[in-house]
Amino acid sequence: MSANWTLARRRPALEARARIIQAARQHFIQEGFLEVETPLRIPAPAPESHIDAIPSDGWFLHTSPELCMKRLLAAGYERIFQFCHCWRASERGNRHLPEFTMLEWYRANADYDDLMTDCENLLTAVAAACGDRSATIMVQGKEVRLDLPWQRLTVREAFARFSGVTMEEALAADRFDEVMVEAIEPMLGIGQPTFLCDYPAERGALARLKPDDPSVAERFELYIGGIELANGFSELTDAREQAQRFEQEERYRRSQGRTPYPEASKFLEELPAMPPSAGIALGVDRLVMVLIGAKSIDEVVAFTPEEL
Amino acid sequence: MYTVADLKKGLKITLDGDPYLVIAFDFTKPGKGQALYRTKMRNMINGTILDRTYRSGETFEPASLEDRKMQYLYREDDHFVFMDNQNYEQYRMGSEAVGDSANYLIDNLPVDVLLFRDKAIGVDLPNFVNLKVIETLPWVKGDTSGSDSKPATVETGYVLRVPPFIEEGETIVIDTRTGEYSTRVKG
Repeated sequence: MSANWTLARRRPALEARARIIQAARQHFIQEGFLEVETPLRIPAPAPESHIDAIPSDGWFLHTSPELCMKRLLAAGYERIFQFCHCWRASERGNRHLPEFTMLEWYRANADYDDLMTDCENLLTAVAAACGDRSATIMVQGKEVRLDLPWQRLTVREAFARFSGVTMEEALAADRFDEVMVEAIEPMLGIGQPTFLCDYPAERGALARLKPDDPSVAERFELYIGGIELANGFSELTDAREQAQRFEQEERYRRSQGRTPYPEASKFLEELPAMPPSAGIALGVDRLVMVLIGAKSIDEVVAFTPEEL
Repeated sequence: MYTVADLKKGLKITLDGDPYLVIAFDFTKPGKGQALYRTKMRNMINGTILDRTYRSGETFEPASLEDRKMQYLYREDDHFVFMDNQNYEQYRMGSEAVGDSANYLIDNLPVDVLLFRDKAIGVDLPNFVNLKVIETLPWVKGDTSGSDSKPATVETGYVLRVPPFIEEGETIVIDTRTGEYSTRVKG
């Protein structure tokens, strides 16, 4: 008799999870990427307004391997990927775990368009490894076809199409996130995956602004079946501008009474050596959710924090 | 006073003077945006469903309801009848107000009945209830995978998934918060 029936019943999901991770790793190796590992505990996370790192013995558990990965780019490693656990304080919901698995990859001499192509190739390869020959997946009861052309929609277009307000109006009224969650996100990645592109400049602390429209950043999020899967952007390589944006974000964080972060000084020192690059973070747990049709992130991990 | 951190399914709060029951809740965060708490609530008086999105820092007043220890007596057509343990007064509640709790109501079950202006408008169950399995397929001996499940009907008519080793006539413990099998009652 099984001692922990709930855990035993997760076997099909955990087996699919292992196949997905193995297929993704294989895909990056074939594409000539180097798999790297960077420390999970770091002295200075990148300050971001709405992401909080968990303190760990004077340092912090990383919220993403971003800064270390970029130092590798700056040192000449041109194509790198990493699977790792990341921690974000107080994030818990149907699609959030405070400790989750991230897949990040970076390309030198590339921009966010190249990353979108990477996403298409990666997901097609991984879905095939799941035994899904039709390339059709069911997400929250809706059909999504990976073999149709993936939709590219700007944030501005999405506001115009799915909500009663423009992007600028929503920002001015401090309603951007609410409109996104209530009106826009549920409409994205239905029928085929959607890249939601060109976020307002202030919503991409580490992203390059679009040369022909500096009101937006070259940043996108990948959505499938209304679920946000990945966030990618053309990297900001201007060290002075990056330092200014960090200061601005850190000032906001401190005004909200959050734990102060030291300056990420080594990253800022080495950033000028980084070639024009693009990088992306993909939530592995959510990828598994989408591919096996799970309703909650709890179904795709061996243990949730509540089960420990 | 509650904060957004207290929001969860089953919480009862006051909104515009009426008691509301949180029936669905999710934490969300749109790409690099702020934490939002999406809440679906049912007005406990008229049944209206309301969707609200809250930010960190918002606060709520608890619903002003009176909690009374009662026991479930019996069902009468579309109504459920409960009796106050203190004064033996009986209260009737419509099946809409009882909702999914009907899945666990067996005679004499101790519950908390919620009164709003002396009208029974909701029921709080114990987290775990024991119910007898009245119908399920026999265990195929030799199946040792332990990960399979099968449907079983319990004495209230509620159907749920149980491990394959559960037999007809056994009593099982059900978690009323999730509606799922928890464990079997030994002996």
